[in-house]
Amino acid sequence: MAAVAKTIKVEIKRQSSPDAKAVTESFEIPYRPNMNITSLLGEIALNPKTITGADTTPITYDSNCLEEICGSCAMLINGKAMMACSALVDKLLGAHEHGQQPDLAKTITLAPLSKFPVVRDLAVDRSVLFENLKAVKAWVPIDGTYDLGAGPKQHPQIQEQRYPLSNCISCTICMEVCPQFNDATGFVGAATIAQAKLFNMDPAGSVLKEERLRALAGDGGIQECGFAQNCVQACPKGLPLTEAISDMGRDVFVQQVKDFFTR
Amino acid sequence: MAATPRIIVVGGGLAGLSAVIKIAEAGGTVDLFSIVPVKRSHSVCAQGGINAAKDLKGEGDTVLKHFDDTVYGGDFLANQTPVKAMTAQGPAIIDLLDRMGVPFNRTPEGLLDFRRFGGTLYQRTAFAGATTGQQLLYALDEQVRRFEAAGKVKKYEGWEFLSAVLGSKGEARGICAMDLRSMETRTFPADAIIVCTGGNGAIFGKSTNSVVCTGSAQSALYQQGAFYANGEFIQVHPTAIPGEDKLRLMSESARGEGGRVWVPRDRTDKRAAQSIPEADRYYFLEERYPKYGNLVPRDIATREIFKIVYEDNMGIDGQPMVYLDVSHLSPERQNKLEGILEIYEKFVGDDPRKVPMKIFPGMHYTMGGLWVDFNQQTNIPGIFAAGEADYSIHGANRLGANSLLSCIYGGFVAGPKAIEYAKALPAQEGDGGHAAELQRQNGFNKVLINNPGTENPFKIWRELGETMTKHATIVRYNVGLDEADAKIVELLDRYRNVNLSDKSQWANTSFAFTRQLWNMLQLARVIVKGARLRDESRGAHYKPDFPNREDEKFLKTTKAAFVDDAPQITYEEVDTQYITPRPRVYTST
Repeated sequence: MAAVAKTIKVEIKRQSSPDAKAVTESFEIPYRPNMNITSLLGEIALNPKTITGADTTPITYDSNCLEEICGSCAMLINGKAMMACSALVDKLLGAHEHGQQPDLAKTITLAPLSKFPVVRDLAVDRSVLFENLKAVKAWVPIDGTYDLGAGPKQHPQIQEQRYPLSNCISCTICMEVCPQFNDATGFVGAATIAQAKLFNMDPAGSVLKEERLRALAGDGGIQECGFAQNCVQACPKGLPLTEAISDMGRDVFVQQVKDFFTR
Repeated sequence: MAATPRIIVVGGGLAGLSAVIKIAEAGGTVDLFSIVPVKRSHSVCAQGGINAAKDLKGEGDTVLKHFDDTVYGGDFLANQTPVKAMTAQGPAIIDLLDRMGVPFNRTPEGLLDFRRFGGTLYQRTAFAGATTGQQLLYALDEQVRRFEAAGKVKKYEGWEFLSAVLGSKGEARGICAMDLRSMETRTFPADAIIVCTGGNGAIFGKSTNSVVCTGSAQSALYQQGAFYANGEFIQVHPTAIPGEDKLRLMSESARGEGGRVWVPRDRTDKRAAQSIPEADRYYFLEERYPKYGNLVPRDIATREIFKIVYEDNMGIDGQPMVYLDVSHLSPERQNKLEGILEIYEKFVGDDPRKVPMKIFPGMHYTMGGLWVDFNQQTNIPGIFAAGEADYSIHGANRLGANSLLSCIYGGFVAGPKAIEYAKALPAQEGDGGHAAELQRQNGFNKVLINNPGTENPFKIWRELGETMTKHATIVRYNVGLDEADAKIVELLDRYRNVNLSDKSQWANTSFAFTRQLWNMLQLARVIVKGARLRDESRGAHYKPDFPNREDEKFLKTTKAAFVDDAPQITYEEVDTQYITPRPRVYTST
């Protein structure tokens, strides 16, 4: 007698358009070892039927690189903000070590990030982050792209501080998990503050330092941070976010004092 | 014509952003189209570094040696004029990126650090940890954001290119694109367009490429009359992590920093990798290629791993896998590889700092692409191409860390050349072909969404990927290639019977995917036909039945044209004016 086919149970919060009502659909997907959430969503596209056998549509979600470097596929997995590509099914079902068996009685739940407008299903609009990066001028204002010779020397110690900040993949998970990131505060969020620090540390980028600090002062700026530290714990790339916020908080304060006495 | 030419750039990876920056800097205005927010483009996946002969290690490296390594590594199939220009510009491009704030690794004195990569004996590769592509893309993204804030660039993120709008003389007059949210299809006017849409890994199902790397835009242009060149040259990277949904790249920099590839000498050896003593390990690349060792070019390393597994039956535990070992490296060296070691740990669950990684080759890079002249212009006037989407730099095999350079070089040429072209462009006749092209695309969309068929497009795609991986990657036989073409023709036929389970008009990702699938199938035929007709072995193209390079017959660029719904192949002479082709032998020289 053939063994009963192993399956994974998934519940997905779906929404057909920004104004539509959210509904939950349940799926049962053939189990294979070493699956991740994006391969699981791919299985639904191959056979778009719910657990009751009713026809449905493939799930809409953002994804691109599938190796946690493009920042696209952030979503709520079992209620936690994570990247879908690096969320491994076996682990989510309790098999944390090699050789452990996943608990297939468990159900995996998927939902869109909660703090951004839903586009459809698990896809949300996170363009606010890119607007914030404009506001803090997160760039080095180079003179031009023609050959102007070598850049300034930079000690490896500076590079070692800048590189981790430059690993931010704009996934917005730090914003999702932040209690202060909401419409009431208008807080820019940890990612933007970390980028401001990155460019303030660059020898040439620091020419815009004061403008960046002023952009982070006032309502929605760095003062909104409640130091819950959720951001640094949730960041999939391990950015030193709280350190960046504290450093920038000090710099913003110094700038405000300076501006108060010179203006 | 217009005092301020209007240029459209399609694709926001390194090549596209480079072109945008050059145009904005010259005072032009740009509309930038990208399927994903440009900061999420596939360029972020590049890991190991970017080549430029700055000779900061006192080894006597020169741009001419970089030029020679690139041409030799590509088995002499690349036209030498653009390769020479690219390698000459390498050092200035690195300096520019440094000035843009890329956190390149540094020497104690504060200078740029360099590592060694495949196919060279020099430390020529500048790097930012093992996430160099990400860091470079971000630097260009930041510069483009600066121009965007200044009103010189308008981004259309979440729009997909469907086709070019062609005027009465067959010249570019704009593009037709689809909003991936509202599903609205529109045409946009332009005096010139630059296509920087990357590679075509999705044609092979699983690859190291990102989801958007379907080759759809290149294929659409090929079907509109553009030549597609050297399609059969597909790079299979020697070291990828096999996965359920994709093959994850394990950068050549792992070997550049001292990583070693091996299998147990005894194929029945059941011991854990760490407990197998040195004498019982077969470092087959080092033994077979004493001079280059683990850093032979990718096509060679890939074939050796393939042979170890399938001819010598020495894969780990009889599986198609070999060890890539960095566990013996110092913590400092491992630290320089942090980004990729984290990827392995996250997706496999083992710590590669302590346990050798298990890897196998995976489809990685598209050497072929849209045919372009030395100004990056395709044979369709006003359509330019740059980066992985064009065929121009890498010949029959790309050297590691040359792709980032070729993207930036290509964009830097295409941008100014597109402006030059646009300034001399006469006014269009009538509406420039906009209404007709919009009608054609809307017609296709209407048929597709209402098609009363039974075929699931994702199943067709899976079959395409399996066929292409089996017959058109590392080892190719004519009988298999014939089988593959017959299969693709069958899939094209079944496509006509496709059924979309999602018929909605909002953020319908399966609709967009199914449109891409048609283009993938057409481009797959180009790859297979080119491979079928090229009865020789050169670079990444390897036929055991024709094991030698045949310069007399095949030192030629393959050009595919879309004629009567099928690829028609012609050949063009290769520019070899600087370096005379010589045998490519890495065992000794």
